[in-house]
Amino acid sequence: MGINRRSFLKLAGLASLSGLSAAGVSKAVSQETASLTDKKIRWGMVFDMRKCREQNNCTACIDACHKTHNVPDIKSVKEEIKWIWKAKFENAFPTQTHEFISESVKNAPSAVLCNHCENPPCVQVCPTQATFKRDSDGIVMMDFHRCIGCRYCMAGCPYGARSFNWKDPKPFVKEINPKFPLRTKGVVEKCNLCAERIAKGKIPACVEACKGKAIIFGDLNDPESEIRKVLAENDTIRRKPHLHTLPNIYYIM
Amino acid sequence: MYDTSKVLAGIVIFLLLLTSPIWYNAATGQAAYTPELNLGTDTTHCVESADFMRANHMNMLDDWRMEVVRGSSRIYTSSDGKTFEKSLTNTCIGCHSKQTEFCQKCHDYAGVASPNCWNCHHKSLDVNVLANRQSEE
Amino acid sequence: MLEKALTGSRKYWLLVFSLLAIIGVGFGTYLYQLREGLTVTGMGRDVSWGLYIGQMTFLVGVAASAVMVVLPYYLHNYKAFGKVTILGEFLAVAAITMCALMILVDLGQPSRGINIILYPSPKSVMFWDLISFAGYFTLNIVIGWTVLGAEKKSVPPPKWVKPLIYISIPWAVSIHTVTAFLYSGLGGRSFWFTAILAPRFLASAFAAGPSLLILLMYLLRKHTSFNAGKDAFQTLAKIVTYAMILNVFFVFLELFTALYSGVHEHILHFEYLYFGLGENTAAVFSMWLSAALAVFSLILLINPKTRQKDGFLILACISVFISLWIEKGMALVVTGFVPNPLDQVVEYFPTVPEVLITLGVYGIGFFILTVLYKVVISVRDSHA
Repeated sequence: MGINRRSFLKLAGLASLSGLSAAGVSKAVSQETASLTDKKIRWGMVFDMRKCREQNNCTACIDACHKTHNVPDIKSVKEEIKWIWKAKFENAFPTQTHEFISESVKNAPSAVLCNHCENPPCVQVCPTQATFKRDSDGIVMMDFHRCIGCRYCMAGCPYGARSFNWKDPKPFVKEINPKFPLRTKGVVEKCNLCAERIAKGKIPACVEACKGKAIIFGDLNDPESEIRKVLAENDTIRRKPHLHTLPNIYYIM
Repeated sequence: MYDTSKVLAGIVIFLLLLTSPIWYNAATGQAAYTPELNLGTDTTHCVESADFMRANHMNMLDDWRMEVVRGSSRIYTSSDGKTFEKSLTNTCIGCHSKQTEFCQKCHDYAGVASPNCWNCHHKSLDVNVLANRQSEE
Repeated sequence: MLEKALTGSRKYWLLVFSLLAIIGVGFGTYLYQLREGLTVTGMGRDVSWGLYIGQMTFLVGVAASAVMVVLPYYLHNYKAFGKVTILGEFLAVAAITMCALMILVDLGQPSRGINIILYPSPKSVMFWDLISFAGYFTLNIVIGWTVLGAEKKSVPPPKWVKPLIYISIPWAVSIHTVTAFLYSGLGGRSFWFTAILAPRFLASAFAAGPSLLILLMYLLRKHTSFNAGKDAFQTLAKIVTYAMILNVFFVFLELFTALYSGVHEHILHFEYLYFGLGENTAAVFSMWLSAALAVFSLILLINPKTRQKDGFLILACISVFISLWIEKGMALVVTGFVPNPLDQVVEYFPTVPEVLITLGVYGIGFFILTVLYKVVISVRDSHA
């Protein structure tokens, strides 16, 4: 026999190692990389909390969003899943609150959700690119098929915007919307800016449902858009700006 | 050879076990059927031809999944020019309304592990059916 | 050589079967977790990493500490460590295996774990973590096994092992630096967002790892023919001493930065740890215990009269290990999430299934360690 066992094993090991790494490298090269500068559309939202505050105990945006996307209603603080919710000003803007804040701002809730940042830490840390920033319009998307449930994105998000399916959500979905899938246990989820509705030319569910017409949705890259006009004419703030995540959700307090 | 009888007996038992699926199915007649599929719809034409779909639906669904979620291309143009929404629930189940009598039947017969699409995707567009299924599972 | 693990004394088999029992219970509990989801743990939306990832972080440190015996022997010819480098390398193998398993049991969709390799994401530190773990595991098992095999045949190890050994030294530092980077690159988590996290990790690794190695060496000396020698024990003890001093010093550095500046974001975490926030005081007792054990261990270690007595050294090593286990295995990971990004406090307690699964993973690690150490002892015995 020409080759002995030891040499054969060495050769086989080397061959499989180079084969695997070649596959990995070619995959990495052909991966689409999100580029921030040549996006055509840049979706953003302005939450006019002055109009929101006029409504009392309103949860229209939350109900619409959660119903459209089959978000389960789990009533435990530990395991709840929420894509959009209400938080007090001192919680939504912990670095921007102070002792003498006006009563109206202090007591009325702010709507908080994923900020679809320009510089999203969650996208940076995801080891499988299951969460990624879409080239075409900047939405920070979730690929539920690829998510391995490591929850690194949840650790990386500075806004607490993400929820995890600690158990099977199906029994907790009150009213199933058959047009949108559920999720399985073990994956992370969050607001997807209603990508499936935008694809059909509609506006996000929360924007449509808002009773006070307090949410303005539009393309930040279009200087003629309503959202750009609102931003130019009002004082707006964003959450935790010092972290340089460049959120695309603005607030008029 | 030592213990010839025991070795031979062992080989015979091993071969019997190895070929058990064949003679078991032949004896009980369980494999001698073709699955009766309920297409769930009266429309005569799927996204592509039946032969194409039989061979390629798995790749097509995988491609659709990548293109919709990661690529933002949601419209599929079939080989005869018609357009469809790339959606398992809305397009596929929209016609093949009874998943258990269509998809499940073939997959069970072929012994192909059904990929876990149905953990998330609905098996029916009918809300009442979904509600009932909820209490079943 | 592995066949040497298939024969042993009654004590050996008792140990092996006890470990297998623990592994069995852990595995069964894991199947329960697979079926129900991670709801069986104490983690939640706010504290989304807990015991599993905390243990992974702690064990990476133990794995990295092999460098503390390899470096003096191979780079500086410190003969006293000649007998124990193999112990360090095999401890590294067992520890890294436990790290990988801890990550696996923490995943929500473990069957998709291969996606990290199928879709490499070089921007994610977790990707590099995987590469460095895999490399370190391979290095140590290859080096350890080859050197032991050469010893068995009474020949010098092959020449190609030397460059691997030299690579394993900075690689050991890298596995723990990369693990620290998992945390220290996250701007949104002010408890972790500090450059000193990697040095802190390394200092606590080089205290906890060698102290475990010392304890293992005592166990081997008591129950087997393996005696590492007084010098090996004492030099390792000195390494533990200096590393522990550095570790305590780093903690003071962190406290100074937070308390002197008065920056709300930073202080809240330390306030939670040592005094609790409002009614949320779950961590307080453990943190003061960890601090007390650290001081106690330093008193025993710094004083040569106590450090040189076996009884005191064992006590000191146990204190070091427990103190750092509390600090790194639990406090570090959980406190990153308390308070949450909206300044709310949700506390975390591990559940019984979580603890059982963790013990199962530890069982696997110690099983691997037992088998590998048995081979080492048998090889050495056959030469005696």
